[in-house]
Amino acid sequence: MSRRLVVSYSHNREFPPVQFVYLDNNATTQLHPQVLDAFIACSRERFGNPSSIHWAGRESRAALESAREQVARFCSCDPSEVIFTSGGTEADNLAIKGVAAASVRRGQHIITTSVEHPAVLASCLNLEQNGYAITRLAVDRFGRIDLAQLEAAITPKTILISAMWANNETGVIFPVAGIGDIAARHRIPFHCDAVQAAGWLPLDVRALGIGLLTLSGHKLHAPKGVGALITRKGVRLHAILHGGGQERNRRAGTENLPAVVAFGVACELVAASQAEASDRVRLLRDQLEAGILGLCPGAVVNGNPTERLPNTTNISFPGARVDSLLASLDLLGVAASSGAACSSGTVRHSPVLAAMGISPETAGGSIRFSLGRETTGEEIRYVLEILPTILERLRPGNAPRGA
Amino acid sequence: MMSDTVGKRVVVAMSGGVDSSVTAALLKEQGYEVIGISLQLWDHTQSPEETTPGGCCSLDDLHDARRVAEQIGIPFYVYNAEEEFRRLVVDDFVAEYFAGRTPNPCARCNERVKFGLLLDRARELGAELLATGHYARIVRDEAGRYQLRTGLDSNKDQSYFLFTMSQEQLARTIFPVGGLTKPEVRELAERFGLKTAAKSESQEVCFIPDDNYARFLEEERGAGLLSGNIVDTTGKILGRHQGLYRYTVGQRRGLGIAHAHPLHVLGVDLERRDVIVGGKDELPRQGLMADAVNWIVPPEAVTIETSCRIRYRHRPVACRVTPLSDGRAEVRFVTPEPGVTPGQAVVFYDGATVLGGGWIAEAIMDEPCNE
Repeated sequence: MSRRLVVSYSHNREFPPVQFVYLDNNATTQLHPQVLDAFIACSRERFGNPSSIHWAGRESRAALESAREQVARFCSCDPSEVIFTSGGTEADNLAIKGVAAASVRRGQHIITTSVEHPAVLASCLNLEQNGYAITRLAVDRFGRIDLAQLEAAITPKTILISAMWANNETGVIFPVAGIGDIAARHRIPFHCDAVQAAGWLPLDVRALGIGLLTLSGHKLHAPKGVGALITRKGVRLHAILHGGGQERNRRAGTENLPAVVAFGVACELVAASQAEASDRVRLLRDQLEAGILGLCPGAVVNGNPTERLPNTTNISFPGARVDSLLASLDLLGVAASSGAACSSGTVRHSPVLAAMGISPETAGGSIRFSLGRETTGEEIRYVLEILPTILERLRPGNAPRGA
Repeated sequence: MMSDTVGKRVVVAMSGGVDSSVTAALLKEQGYEVIGISLQLWDHTQSPEETTPGGCCSLDDLHDARRVAEQIGIPFYVYNAEEEFRRLVVDDFVAEYFAGRTPNPCARCNERVKFGLLLDRARELGAELLATGHYARIVRDEAGRYQLRTGLDSNKDQSYFLFTMSQEQLARTIFPVGGLTKPEVRELAERFGLKTAAKSESQEVCFIPDDNYARFLEEERGAGLLSGNIVDTTGKILGRHQGLYRYTVGQRRGLGIAHAHPLHVLGVDLERRDVIVGGKDELPRQGLMADAVNWIVPPEAVTIETSCRIRYRHRPVACRVTPLSDGRAEVRFVTPEPGVTPGQAVVFYDGATVLGGGWIAEAIMDEPCNE
């Protein structure tokens, strides 16, 4: 993936010439050109409904099933185990509510962690409000869960364990094999939200005892509005969207074919470059991290220093206003983010960092840089070049406050 | 003019209203490097009724501000100031009412939250200047001091709310619509094609969108506190009331007492929880005591003959001001003035120039001409 990002924000045309550096790939990624080509070609040529029996339907059905095979290869499962959804949020909802609905007779207890994506946390909360018991495993200050605690939380009524592969805010990787092992021993389905890990780590659901796996297209250079829930054979799941019998009766609605096809192509592309991209991006991430820690002695990296996605760094700048830091970076063309943003776009205390025991004062000054396959060394040098001026302005009490 | 402004960075405080929208567009046109900022002051999603369009900080207004910024092509950021606003403005608003005063949250917000915060944010973003859509003007006198003047449109003048500004704040602030009239601003908004051109004014307090102060206060502290008697100036009980905070000086409605001539609230007695009422002729006061006085033009005499406003849109009245120690001042009206309301601001004017102002602590009630 070598295409340079071309962005033109109208507001920045008036500002001094800046370089655009996109370091928010955990929020979303840009479309890969080949993915875009596939999307356009499919939109133009495959207009038939995959459920139709005629030639137009058959062509679309063929494209749909090819994409399903590509996604299945991407995470080492059978194509029949791939359920296409509108994205990661729907896949998480389907996994949790779908398993819960299919297991009512068995029990009403779900184990998850305190640092999951809101789609998982809110789905669990919704079930909790309807009488389910939810155990949310705590994490330590490195964002790690304790497998012994997980095992101890299991009861005869436990119907699902839901834990993410890698955290979107910190990049911390959970011991998925260990969780899968415990789940298998207790014969409890294990749902793993792999939205953030996909593209950076090999996803072998068969080897790791994962029953359900969430994927999102737009985090791996496919369009927004497409994702998948891998549901292994033997996992009981009820649909939450009802209508036509698409996706083997597990997800009604005419398939979003161009996006699904693009998703399939994206899976193939990121799988092919996964090892190489991870190594290259890790080096750049480490350069950025070391550079920032050098420039700003008070800065601290949040999360597990070893078990971490190669593209993510979450750094606290104690005392600095994160909103001004992000805005200052943006004004110079650098896109990064704080972990959590509310609907109006203001910065709030990150629940993930709070769960790790990081105080609001510290977390308030935390920024996540998430690199992408397109990130270059030149871009990292640019960020390190502009940071000192920005941090200087942000030093508290730099100028006397008007009184 | 252009050469002074091109490439100069300025932060515009955008409320989503027409005045700050035009402010941003004007500065952009003059060649400034404009950055828009909105403060989220109050979480309206937690209000029980979200249907009423709010004041200066509702989500709708943030949306409008963002759309205008997109339209004129400037970067725009929302800052969360809910904690500061709650602590420094809302809690103060409640405490003032429960202390028997009638607070002025907009002036308080300017004093304690807006200018301090926005100027800090502007500095952090590398901007020398902060611009707001206030109808007021700032000029520099021969001695190099900054003066605050009334907006050119006397109907819209907002200098009353700005009396707390320090020299340092005035030096870094500009009010681009202060020299324009409201119709001119609306015309500009239309010329710029701004989405907010026809937007109506917000009048009520932004965190009480339904304007029901009493309910807000009772939700904060509970109902029934501070209920008591309605009495006349001799102490005779005329009726009961549900809470002192429901009454403000000069108020005529809502007393619920049948009387030969119309009754007005003259004041409250916090200790006795009495609302004191009387005829209109009993309202005028000889003067007032002000505290936390800020002098924009430092007084050069022991007593200053000037004029003052004791509430927003009050027509300035002649007075003599004697600055006292501890930031207090004694104000004597040349002609006794009704409506002296503790908690409101008294702002001193020499013509169009704001000399300073303070918060009204109490009315002075003595015999006139006893000096």
